[in-house]
Amino acid sequence: MVDQSASIDIASLVKRHGATLAVDHVSLTVPRGEFFSLLGPSGAGKTSVLRMIAGFETPDEGTIRIDGRSMEAVPPNRRPVNLVFQSYALFPHMTVAENVAFGPTMQGASRADITSRVRLALDMVKLSSKEERLPSQLSGGEQQRVALARALVNRPSVLLLDEPLSALDQQLRQEMQVELKSIQARAACTFVCVTHHQEEALTMSDRVAVMHQGRVLQVGSPQDLYEAPGSAFVARFIGVSNELRGIVRRIDGERAIVQSPECIGEIQIVLPMHLPIQVGSPVTVLIRPERLRLSTTVQRLSGEQSLAASVDKVLYSGSDRRYLVRLGEHVVWNVRVPNDESGRNGLVPGDNLSVRWQISDAVVLSE
Amino acid sequence: MNSSPPAGRAEASSPVASWWLLGPGLLWMGLLFVVPLSLVLVISFAERGTYGGIVWSFSLTNYLDLLHPLYARILGQSVLLAAVTTVLCLIMGFPLAYYIARTTPRRQGILLLLVMIPFWTNFLVRTYAWMFILRTEGLLNTLLLKLGMITAPIELLYSNTAVVIGLVYGYLPFMVLPLFVALEQVDRTLVEAAWDLYATRWAVLWRIIVPLARPGIIAGCLLVFIPSLGAFLTPDLLGGARSMMVGNLIQHEFLVARDWPLGAAISCLLMLFVMGMMRWLLHAASSRPRQEDAS
Repeated sequence: MVDQSASIDIASLVKRHGATLAVDHVSLTVPRGEFFSLLGPSGAGKTSVLRMIAGFETPDEGTIRIDGRSMEAVPPNRRPVNLVFQSYALFPHMTVAENVAFGPTMQGASRADITSRVRLALDMVKLSSKEERLPSQLSGGEQQRVALARALVNRPSVLLLDEPLSALDQQLRQEMQVELKSIQARAACTFVCVTHHQEEALTMSDRVAVMHQGRVLQVGSPQDLYEAPGSAFVARFIGVSNELRGIVRRIDGERAIVQSPECIGEIQIVLPMHLPIQVGSPVTVLIRPERLRLSTTVQRLSGEQSLAASVDKVLYSGSDRRYLVRLGEHVVWNVRVPNDESGRNGLVPGDNLSVRWQISDAVVLSE
Repeated sequence: MNSSPPAGRAEASSPVASWWLLGPGLLWMGLLFVVPLSLVLVISFAERGTYGGIVWSFSLTNYLDLLHPLYARILGQSVLLAAVTTVLCLIMGFPLAYYIARTTPRRQGILLLLVMIPFWTNFLVRTYAWMFILRTEGLLNTLLLKLGMITAPIELLYSNTAVVIGLVYGYLPFMVLPLFVALEQVDRTLVEAAWDLYATRWAVLWRIIVPLARPGIIAGCLLVFIPSLGAFLTPDLLGGARSMMVGNLIQHEFLVARDWPLGAAISCLLMLFVMGMMRWLLHAASSRPRQEDAS
């Protein structure tokens, strides 16, 4: 069944590089107009997926449909997609305007049409004043914009971006994240972006697919992925995650008591509905650093869980302080405390305290 | 191009790049290039003695003699043969160089070696081999007769065709090597980008690859055209009396006619012609204003 509203419909895509599966039965559906990211460490197969959508690589198995049309045996120059290359791949012997005009020229658009479209595209990326420059005379950020304009001028069904911001410095990168998002809204075009940078993916995307070793581990909104990671890999890859491995000791209705050999004490968890957890099951409990609270008093708020710990290191990072607290010999947790009044509580390494969190803030995974 | 700060210039005076590094090269070129060349220039204004010596008196006779249409015809013929040779080398060398530039590093090494292997044998010997192949009762004719493709042997040797065959054979590597270097530097993602932007294979070739490989194309053409123009061994052995090129003319004047001043004058004229041609070519190459002058 083909979803007609889908921009991209990928079904059990496989790509082998020698004996290894670079892409392992990947299935994805991207609705029209969505900003979709493929996130994963290098070697996760995300670039392979992108190159197969663009047509530079041929899948060994599976199908790719764009706007409902099968892309089998369709060469890159006849696909309704355009790719923004990681290196931008601007033609060094052509001016900015000539670079942008390349696609429409190849498609046989009329001269007047090309001129107006090039102007529109350069306006969109705010580069109208530099159309007679050569790529080598532009800054990295400007080159990036030219690459975007050169792709968007063709009004593709899908714009593919390969690590679009990786060559930019930190500040420019953050500006461009916002910029890309608003360009996408203006262009009303489906964006598929490959990145290994989790912050980038979370900030820009409507939905993100986390890939690892050729497989898609989880697809969801940035919030879903951050707050309800389906696996320890996703939790670790997206943001910082504190983990505790333990065994379920008792089950009491919706709740359970977990004890960890790695630290002293017991904690209570909410049993996730979809996991078959019994007494004796090994589980991993994940808690985000900003959901933790440090306390030197004994008093507990209602619903709060706590474990005894000692301060290992204090890292000052401007807007907040990061505390590395030790819960056991091999368990060090990251605690993030906003740098307001309460943050100036003068904790120093060696202090004994308790780490606390609301029971609903812990994510439980079965091993 | 000039946008980067002149970081290199600051280092130029450092001990790493001392001027005396130029010494050996300058000495060699000075003694063995500039001095003989000046001699040729001086001799070209002298006069031929009755028995072939040089009479040291200033005159323009040699250059005035060269106004004879015979010389223009020989020069024209030389330019034509050299041009045909260059074009054929380019047509054959470009796909070859492109293939080598895009193949695996292992195969690249082998193919480049194969391109250069002919240099391991003496050029004269190789040219004799071509005589053997092209002769009326030579290898090629025998083969074509046996295959029944021709009924009577064709006369290949001692013709302009034979000269061009010999020149193309001899100078093809000089085309392939600079083309290979230029094509290897063309970023593959640019080709992909053009392909992604709806370009057909031909459009990718003409709009991306050829413009970017331009320096290599020009270098290759110069490296083939200039020695082809002055070649004397190939036209002498394969062209015989029927196709004389400037190189043969110069050789003839110096060694057979023993008219050194006239030979020197022809040499100077040829050099001037080549220099003018190069200037024109290099100017044409850099005349795309956006490429170099834009900054």
